[in-house]
Amino acid sequence: MKLLVVEDDRETANYLVKGLTESGYTVDQSGDGREGLFLASSGSYDAIILDRMLPGMDGLAMLGALRAAEIGTPSLILSALGSVDDRVRGLRAGGDDYLVKPFAFSELLARVESLLRRGAAGTATTKLRVADLELDLLTRSVKRGDTVIDLLPREFQLLEYLMRNAGHVVTRTMLLEHVWDYHFDPQTNVIDVHVSRLRQKIDRNFERPLIHTVRGAGYCLRASD
Amino acid sequence: MRTHAFRLASLYFGVFAVSVLGVLLFVYWMSADFIERQTQATLDAEIAGLAEQYAQRGLSGLVQIVAARSAGDRGDGMLYLVTDADGHPLAGNITGWPEGTPVAPGPVAFKVQMKVQGETLKRPAQGALIVIPDGYRLLVARDINDAALYRERIKMTLMWSGLVALVVGLIGGTVMSRNLLRRVEQVNRTAERVMGGNLSDRVPLRGSRDEFDQLAANLNNMLEQIERLMAGMREVSDNIAHDLRTPLARLRARLELSLIDSPEDGAQTEAVRDAIDEADRLLATFNALLSIAEAESGARRSAAEPLDLAQTVCAAADLYEPVAEEKGCALKLDVEPGIMIRGDRHLLSQAVANLLDNALKYGGGEVLLSAHQQDGRAALEVSDTGPGIPEAEREAVFDRFVRLEPSRSTPGNGLGLSLVRAVARLHNATVALEDNQPGLRVRLEFAAL
Repeated sequence: MKLLVVEDDRETANYLVKGLTESGYTVDQSGDGREGLFLASSGSYDAIILDRMLPGMDGLAMLGALRAAEIGTPSLILSALGSVDDRVRGLRAGGDDYLVKPFAFSELLARVESLLRRGAAGTATTKLRVADLELDLLTRSVKRGDTVIDLLPREFQLLEYLMRNAGHVVTRTMLLEHVWDYHFDPQTNVIDVHVSRLRQKIDRNFERPLIHTVRGAGYCLRASD
Repeated sequence: MRTHAFRLASLYFGVFAVSVLGVLLFVYWMSADFIERQTQATLDAEIAGLAEQYAQRGLSGLVQIVAARSAGDRGDGMLYLVTDADGHPLAGNITGWPEGTPVAPGPVAFKVQMKVQGETLKRPAQGALIVIPDGYRLLVARDINDAALYRERIKMTLMWSGLVALVVGLIGGTVMSRNLLRRVEQVNRTAERVMGGNLSDRVPLRGSRDEFDQLAANLNNMLEQIERLMAGMREVSDNIAHDLRTPLARLRARLELSLIDSPEDGAQTEAVRDAIDEADRLLATFNALLSIAEAESGARRSAAEPLDLAQTVCAAADLYEPVAEEKGCALKLDVEPGIMIRGDRHLLSQAVANLLDNALKYGGGEVLLSAHQQDGRAALEVSDTGPGIPEAEREAVFDRFVRLEPSRSTPGNGLGLSLVRAVARLHNATVALEDNQPGLRVRLEFAAL
């Protein structure tokens, strides 16, 4: 997997490159909007991480030019601006996700991975399956093995999101954004309570737990330990 | 305040009334006394003159001069009568001895019959009776009708002017005390609004440069300083949050990278993870501070859109329902559907979430979340049946980092209500902390669409 990081702040760029390389990605880096656009125009990247404020060319303008050239590489916008307005503007310009600085590396990594999956999948499915857990999107029913599991609508959405990202880390913020459409940080860790409630229904009477807590990052739904 | 000012006004009016009455009485007494003295002086002079005539020319001379003085109306109102011992008049301008007047020397007062323009009138007179040797009597008096009329007129004038003075005093006093009261009220109300959080409010000036204007100007200067200090304090904390966020994030990033470098578990890894958690908590506090600053600056007014408050409230309740269950609290909803207001959905959600968070964390018992629409206002209430907040501390909890728990042991940063207030201000909504008996009720009121 090949990633492009367009970031002018040296410290952040180094940190991103180092972290992503350690995580097994091939990373190219540019500190300039124009150069970034030139690199990205090759279309050889699986995802782009770009800063909003860039010398040479603004991040949003660069993204707009890229989309105009019909290059749909999934991209994550980094910004020091945290308001919802900015997020909306970023997504409208063609960004696929938006992350406010400063961010946790685990958060960035989880989001990049999610972007890469989104690019790969794309096929419409009606059933999601992880090990013996099955979720039917049409009948909105959930089964584990032969046991039917009753879920509340919100629990269903939560499980759906976890299953769509099965095998990958999903952060609390990602859950809050995608399941509740909330873009703030609640003081109490409400997400943990929701997940533990879901866990009660999905994992309690079964030998192998499916929902795992990833320390310092979030949750992961996967078949084995 | 109102009653005190009224009491003061009535006291001043009382003093004013007494002094006006005193002055008028004194004027009346002085005038009456002056008239009296004048009459007496004329009489005395007349008597002295007649006595001199009598001494020089005897009885006949006296009769002669009395007759001379009685002839014709001299216009000075003098009355004379000389009689023999039996009261038969010898000379004078009084027809007969006045009825009921004792025959004893000394001052006399009687009524005299006079013909004025064909009418017989009885007019008051005052004078002195002198008994001359051989029983002859001399009565010298003065018609005091005019003087009495004059005194009466003075009395009436003084009474009327007194009445007018009292009425004008009463009206003036009322108007003036009202006026003063209103200006004190203005200061009062401004102070209340400032204490209510509207720091930019000022006492209106009249431009009259009087003491009240000076007081208002001084108060305004003081408020200016307070506002500047508060803004400075806020700026400092916001700047700290802003400037420390980046290095803190770098610190966290390096810790994270070190974990990626050596993922094996151990005491050191554990310590690094704890450090990351701690950094996350700090970052969360900084982020909360910055979002309050952002809401307060009004920069996000543009994000306002028509939204259903009921939906926002229900979504927040949905988020917190499991938390309530875990804490053993009953979370109840009483929401009227379809309450449209203009607002920022994300900020409002966060405000409601903060209120719920507080109610569950510090309140407990039964938590009720309600939203209703009435008279063009949309009211949102979050109430609990916990310990509540003493009235004296209700204003303070809106300030940044204020936590009422002395131990500060419950997790939290003391910024929740600050954000709620900032969000409320951004929406021109009011926030009130009320007694839920028992517990606390937070009420937000928006203008409904």
